[in-house]
Amino acid sequence: MPESILATFTVKRLEIIAPDGTADESLVPDLSGDELRRIYYLLLLTRAFDGRALALQREGRIGTYPSVLGQEAAQVGSAFAIHERDWVFPSFREMGAHLTLGYPLHQLYQYWGGDERGLRTPDGMNIFPICVSVGTHIPHAAGAALAAKLRGDRIAVIAYFGDGGTSKGDFHEGFNLAGVMGLPTVFICQNNQWAISVPLSAQTASRSLAQKAVAYGFDGIQVDGNDVLAVYRATREALEKARGGGGPTFIECLTYRMSDHTTSDDASRYRSPEETEQWRERDPILRYERFLAKRGLWNEDYAAEMKGKAGGEIDEAVRRYESVPPPAPGEMFDFVSGELSARQQRQREEASP
Amino acid sequence: MSEMTYRDALNLALKEEMRRDPSVVTWGEDVALYEGSFKVTRGLLAEFGEERVKDTPISENTIVGVSIGAAMGGLRPVAELMTVNFALLAMDQIVNHMAKIRSMFGGQTRLPMVVRAPGGGGSQLGAQHSQSLETYFMHCPGIHVAVPATPADARGLLKASIRDNNPVMFLEHELLYNSKGEVPDDTESLVPLGKAEVKREGKDVTIVAYSRMTILALQAAAELEKEGISCEVVDLRTLSPLDTETFIASVNKTGRAVVVEECWRAAGLGGHLASIIAEECFDRLLAPVRRVSGLDVPMPYSRKIEKLCIPQVETIAAAVRDVMSQKY
Ligand SMILES: Cc1ncc(C[n+]2csc(CCOP(=O)(O)OP(=O)(O)O)c2C)c(N)n1
Ligand SMILES: [Mg+2]
Repeated sequence: MPESILATFTVKRLEIIAPDGTADESLVPDLSGDELRRIYYLLLLTRAFDGRALALQREGRIGTYPSVLGQEAAQVGSAFAIHERDWVFPSFREMGAHLTLGYPLHQLYQYWGGDERGLRTPDGMNIFPICVSVGTHIPHAAGAALAAKLRGDRIAVIAYFGDGGTSKGDFHEGFNLAGVMGLPTVFICQNNQWAISVPLSAQTASRSLAQKAVAYGFDGIQVDGNDVLAVYRATREALEKARGGGGPTFIECLTYRMSDHTTSDDASRYRSPEETEQWRERDPILRYERFLAKRGLWNEDYAAEMKGKAGGEIDEAVRRYESVPPPAPGEMFDFVSGELSARQQRQREEASP
Repeated sequence: MSEMTYRDALNLALKEEMRRDPSVVTWGEDVALYEGSFKVTRGLLAEFGEERVKDTPISENTIVGVSIGAAMGGLRPVAELMTVNFALLAMDQIVNHMAKIRSMFGGQTRLPMVVRAPGGGGSQLGAQHSQSLETYFMHCPGIHVAVPATPADARGLLKASIRDNNPVMFLEHELLYNSKGEVPDDTESLVPLGKAEVKREGKDVTIVAYSRMTILALQAAAELEKEGISCEVVDLRTLSPLDTETFIASVNKTGRAVVVEECWRAAGLGGHLASIIAEECFDRLLAPVRRVSGLDVPMPYSRKIEKLCIPQVETIAAAVRDVMSQKY
């Protein structure tokens, strides 16, 4: 028998807004002017949140913090498509998604301030704890999607992770199971091209991350992660497909980590400032401002007003965070298990002043 | 002797062994260009090049699995796990494969490999990044477990581990990296695996400790001396092989024992040590063995209450006073 071709595949890439702000009108999502402006505000809020977090860290008012600078569009754009009833499993660098989903800002500062009570999600919000272990929550998202499917609940479950996360066994196993079972999961990778000091090229020999989905039997798409509308559109379609029983989707948001890995890192030791500079020109907020301006939805005054508003919201969040009293020592036993052993009870009493 | 930090002592051991034996290689997450999260691999890429010093993808199970294969294939890999907490992702490779391959193959292969992993609490890194998992490895036959407390032991044990033909879990303590001490200049000065050391002689009570707990025990002993209590401090240095002779002899001399472990109390290694002391020293004991351990909680993120979960100089000293005063 002659050799034949068993399969070929293509990987789609989506970009809607060009760097100069012009857009492919046929792809611009049908969002109202208010909604478009809301997205803008959320981008600003994320950047303001992030900038303040870095400042607070320098002053010793919060702990080690992973900046989301440059990744705002990938986070806000995707989260803006998520419905209240969907479930979200974040990693540690999606504060923009948290903000978009309405997670209390002061609790995010509280968490990064070294107080895990900040992870107690308000009632009615389906956001799971920040997962600092790389990629380990991917199977959790698949499991939650399996449960939703068995419950007959037409929701989608979203997992966020980084490019580094795609090297984990959990990634392979979670993707494979979601594909086999046709689960309503949307996997969103923030491909910021670095995992601490390791560039994408040392993480994978794949041409794109998106194409990995093909091997698991579902769609993968790469979107320009600095184009908030492209991210929004791809996520909305994937979520609708998932909720409608169409199975999983993998969205690779190609973006760039403008900051150090965390406040304990110094990226200048392993990457060139020229590379970072190049990405500065592709700033997601700048691009979106140009887009809005062309539609008469943006000018300098409006920007100043919104920045002022975001700054005020951040001030208030910091004030609230810093007015929360620290946990009492005995509290560390609160949720260790349903019932404490006699020894744990004793330890608790001894730890309490 | 030269004074250096625990970090530099480990770094020196790696360099010396890589110079001595071209089959020694090292890899892990961010170990090459970045020189390791804790800078233990500083200068290795520059000196030994990309063939022998490699960054891996974030794949802990595979980092250990590949090391096993490479060790069977004739290399002496020293893998770095960014922290011991991520060893849990590699537990199948560690327990089901690394620990057993040699025996299941009837000794037809050797496994000359080292898995280095920083760990321990006290750096405000939260519940998943502050664990002391030494008991997990010690529990499993077929794995050597090294837990150095001083720069000299760090260097000597790492060199011995690299030369050993059995797999070694080499557990470094994150809070010790900057600690300083005298290190012998002789490149052939090794610390054998399975040999505890009496780090301080005393006559009233034996404190058995390892890794950072040894340092705290020595500080407690210095405090207690002012109160007229003479403590002997035994530093285990390796948990597997476990040198029981040294601490049994010490307890037989002093008649009292306090065992200190940083890990959780439930099924912690302190219980194992206490049972050996009960079996071997029963007739000589003047007081029950006292355990000092971490609290049975996931490590709190908050700096203030984190301290309460880890043994401190003061908790060790208090346990010694209790043992001395027959108050338990
Ligand atoms: C299982 C595991 N291994 C290693 C680490 C240490 N670590 C924290 S973040 C990180 C890099 C993650 O890179 P990526 O997934 O691309 O996310 P990014 O930091 O770029 O957002 C590593 C190796 C970890 N937290 N968990
Ligand atoms: Mg990344």
